[in-house]
Amino acid sequence: MSNQTTLLLSPSPHMHSGKTTQLAMWGVCASLLPVLGTAVYLFGTYVLILTLVTCIGAVLAEAASLALRKRPWTGEVSSLVTGLILALTLPPHAPLWVGFVGGVIAIVLGKQVYGGTGANPFNPAAVGRVFLLVSFPAQLTMWTAPFDGVSTATPLGGAEASLWTLTVGTHGGSMGETSAIAILCGAVILFAMRLIDWQAPVGTVLGTALIALLVGEDPVYHVLTGGLLFGAVYMATDWVTSPVTKRGRFIFGLGIGVLTMVIRVWGSYPEGVSFAILLMNALTPLINRAELSLREKRRKAYVRATS
Amino acid sequence: MSRLRETWNTFTEGFIRQTPPLFTALGLCPALAITTSAANGLVMGLSTTAVLVGSAVMALAIRNVVPKQVRIPVYTVGIATMVTVVDFLLEGLLPEIHALLGLFIPLIIVNCIVLGRVEAAFTRMKPMPALGDAFGYGLGFTWALTLIGIIREVMAAGTIFGARVMPVGFTAWQIMRTPPGAFLTMAFLFALIQTVRMQSAKRRDRRAAEQTQAQAA
Repeated sequence: MSNQTTLLLSPSPHMHSGKTTQLAMWGVCASLLPVLGTAVYLFGTYVLILTLVTCIGAVLAEAASLALRKRPWTGEVSSLVTGLILALTLPPHAPLWVGFVGGVIAIVLGKQVYGGTGANPFNPAAVGRVFLLVSFPAQLTMWTAPFDGVSTATPLGGAEASLWTLTVGTHGGSMGETSAIAILCGAVILFAMRLIDWQAPVGTVLGTALIALLVGEDPVYHVLTGGLLFGAVYMATDWVTSPVTKRGRFIFGLGIGVLTMVIRVWGSYPEGVSFAILLMNALTPLINRAELSLREKRRKAYVRATS
Repeated sequence: MSRLRETWNTFTEGFIRQTPPLFTALGLCPALAITTSAANGLVMGLSTTAVLVGSAVMALAIRNVVPKQVRIPVYTVGIATMVTVVDFLLEGLLPEIHALLGLFIPLIIVNCIVLGRVEAAFTRMKPMPALGDAFGYGLGFTWALTLIGIIREVMAAGTIFGARVMPVGFTAWQIMRTPPGAFLTMAFLFALIQTVRMQSAKRRDRRAAEQTQAQAA
């Protein structure tokens, strides 16, 4: 009986913290502001227009799907979040129609066909981005340099970039992924509002660094380049598509990091964060089940030991 | 007269009511792999029709002398013969399309529609209905594959049977050229068909309910 831990159980009524899904989604929007602001500063006002068009596509698709499915419109903010996140993974000068199509695809194929918000097995923004990447490879790799808009390569595509450049984001890449500082600001906001926990992002970064060390590449470089930090903070932490336990989320993050490195080092694409996230999304139910049976085993052992 | 109606029934079953792969999910491999263009879908469908009709004739001719225990290998050999004939015909007449379809023509042998129809129809029905069944399933498969091919070709190349239908500035959706594009096309078609079916079933129920009400009154 000595190893008995104290559990605090309380009968109903419970108090509601006042935190609703809608409020949380507005919180995510707020945490994306530093990233969006940095993107506008680096790549110009076209970023704002592209983001707006992507969000309009996502929200319109949500409204149309709900009307088709005869479900009430609940003022859902999560489609706006999907649109924002998707837009920030696009190249800064992607055509407007690419953003619109991406927003529609992300919501329709990524979310509504599975039954709407909360029922999707895959991260809608990642679905949208992968669809766009496979459909329109030319438009999705139109990398331009910050400030002057001259076409350039990304650091993963072979361009030289110093550690400082990678940290502040003054190099070619997707709108929201270049600046590590802006993404970390967003992460701090999300932590402060207690919308995410550290397991998935830290797992992702550790997984990436681990494989980078194993194959003899610079781990810091691999963590800072591409969409890794952005994906780790904004896509791997999606409540719906990540495991329900803390340890599960850590394993989930590790998997994303490892798969990303596998695609980067041995795959035919220079970047693989969105593919890795989708693959790990597919494994999420498996992680949940393993965690569940592990807990059940531990509970039984505990019952046996204490009775 | 009744024989004719029976033939018509077996024809329409495959042609419109049970059409693979849209109404019954059979023959998915060719439907996913080669429907990248309308022409490919059409040729694949017609080849399958030829194999079906040939296999029907073959099965009708020998079904009384084939022992039950070895019928599947025997009929498979017969189907393989038909497929080889179609393969050679295509290679001689349409070498370009034959090169595109490649391995998928020989693979008609293992198409579950063909062996399925041999088992379910050609060895059981009277000759005329069996032939009606062969033509029905074959031509049904043909229009379904051509439809999928048209949708994919419009989105992946902006053309139908090679004729441009989309404006010049149209950007091809590369994903429609890949098997995932075929999955997406078929998923949307399945959903559309299911919606139409559910609605017509609802309408039928309502009409039946109204009738019983009228009778009760």
